[in-house]
Amino acid sequence: MTYQPSIRQQERIAYRRGRAVRSVLLAAASTAVVGVGLAVGITGAPGWERVKESFFDLDTAQKYLPQILEGLWLNLKLLVVCATLALALGLLVAVLRTLRGPVFFPVRALATGYTYSFRGLPLIIVLYLFAFGIPGLRLKGTPDVLVLGAAAIIVTYGAYLAEVFRAGIESVHPSQIAAARSLGLSYRQAMRHVVLPQAVRRVAPPLLNDTVALQKDVGLISLAGPIDAIRAAQIGVAQDADFTPYIVAGVLFVLLALPLIAVTDWVTLRAARRQNAGT
Amino acid sequence: MLLECRDVRKVFGGHAVLDGLTLDVAEHEVVALIGASGSGKSTLLRCVNLLAEIDDGTIHLDGEEITDPRADPDLVRRRIGLVFQSYNLFPHMTVLDNITLAPVRVHGRPVEEAREQARQWLDRVGLAEKSGAYPDRLSGGQQQRVAIVRALVNNPRLLLLDEVTSALDPELVGEVLSMIRELKGEGMTMVLATHEMGFARQVADRVAFLDAGRVLEQGPPEQVLGDPVEARTRQFLTRIIDAGRL
Repeated sequence: MTYQPSIRQQERIAYRRGRAVRSVLLAAASTAVVGVGLAVGITGAPGWERVKESFFDLDTAQKYLPQILEGLWLNLKLLVVCATLALALGLLVAVLRTLRGPVFFPVRALATGYTYSFRGLPLIIVLYLFAFGIPGLRLKGTPDVLVLGAAAIIVTYGAYLAEVFRAGIESVHPSQIAAARSLGLSYRQAMRHVVLPQAVRRVAPPLLNDTVALQKDVGLISLAGPIDAIRAAQIGVAQDADFTPYIVAGVLFVLLALPLIAVTDWVTLRAARRQNAGT
Repeated sequence: MLLECRDVRKVFGGHAVLDGLTLDVAEHEVVALIGASGSGKSTLLRCVNLLAEIDDGTIHLDGEEITDPRADPDLVRRRIGLVFQSYNLFPHMTVLDNITLAPVRVHGRPVEEAREQARQWLDRVGLAEKSGAYPDRLSGGQQQRVAIVRALVNNPRLLLLDEVTSALDPELVGEVLSMIRELKGEGMTMVLATHEMGFARQVADRVAFLDAGRVLEQGPPEQVLGDPVEARTRQFLTRIIDAGRL
């Protein structure tokens, strides 16, 4: 005999289905009410026509889209380079901060001082210091403003990422290190093969989240001069006295972030599933 | 003597967990450490493996003082296997990678050779089909058997077992114990901290009762477990019997 749900169970299923339908209808209705309210509120505002003209002008958008896209390409390249190097720097600093023993005191102190100061320092100030302060020294071989600006972003984000990595390293149970050492692995080998792989897996979601934040902060490099998407938009705004190019740049930034955000969500979900699988 | 512990002292926060402990272990000998929680069994094993630094006394392995600060702990640990109560397998590695990590990274053996040896071991302990699995897919007994294999592939001179069945469900204890029994048959020198008195009686050549950080009484299992000299040993065994563990 195959299994047949009892009458009681069938009643339960029917009741739950009814509740589910009701919830969906309620959610749809409330979303519609809020949406319509917002639309009426904004388009009915006394200044709406004026705002529409200076922020959502299609002709202006089309006119500056190519320049802004060209700028966005710079943002994308900066993002890849800055994210890679900031992750590497963060990992290095986090590992240095775990070193024990008096020999490593200077290294540890330096790493700690770095994370303390650069997490507190606003990125804009670091950017100005690097992009305008360093060339001011008039040293031979001073790199381009673009490189200096990227360095400012890397140094600032490296400090945040170092703390995320450190949290991951500290979350690995000491018994894992004991097991690795008992097999004869050196401290370095235990770090490399046992602690870091587990730590990085655990903090992958917050790391990626910081990369999303980095994605938009690379736009701050426009303050130092290079023509990225924001700078290109700013030029358009100044030429036509119309804010639409900013909206275009903003939309493009969101589109650029979407895949990264999707990956972050996916990794977070997978991590949560794996965490629950064991127990 | 393969292992000689002399007047070993280990202090944690003002409390001497090991308080002048002396213990010898001959080659091919199996010594069971028994005693209440906190009597120093696990601490002694951690000290022998240099995971904890002793505060006085000496420990010799094969006649060489391993507690000499000039000795390289990594080299010492290569000769000593340690199996933990909570297995401590590496959760991000497959069973095979757990086992081959040390042979490849520490002993510099070729990967294929190490894998082949690991597979032979897994086959022997009946876990051949688990070689590609991650530890969280294994039962406690299976994990502990993998942990023992992980220690054995380094060909240790001495195997330390720290209450290796304490975290297991009762029906899984047997598979781990029979593996240890087999190792004894092959002449492996072992020191095991245990709460399994019945097993200690079966497998140990000598039982050492630890009390307040010292070996209070030691001898053949029948004598120490059956007819102990010391009042404290008797007291301890009575409590074990009351708990239905003997």
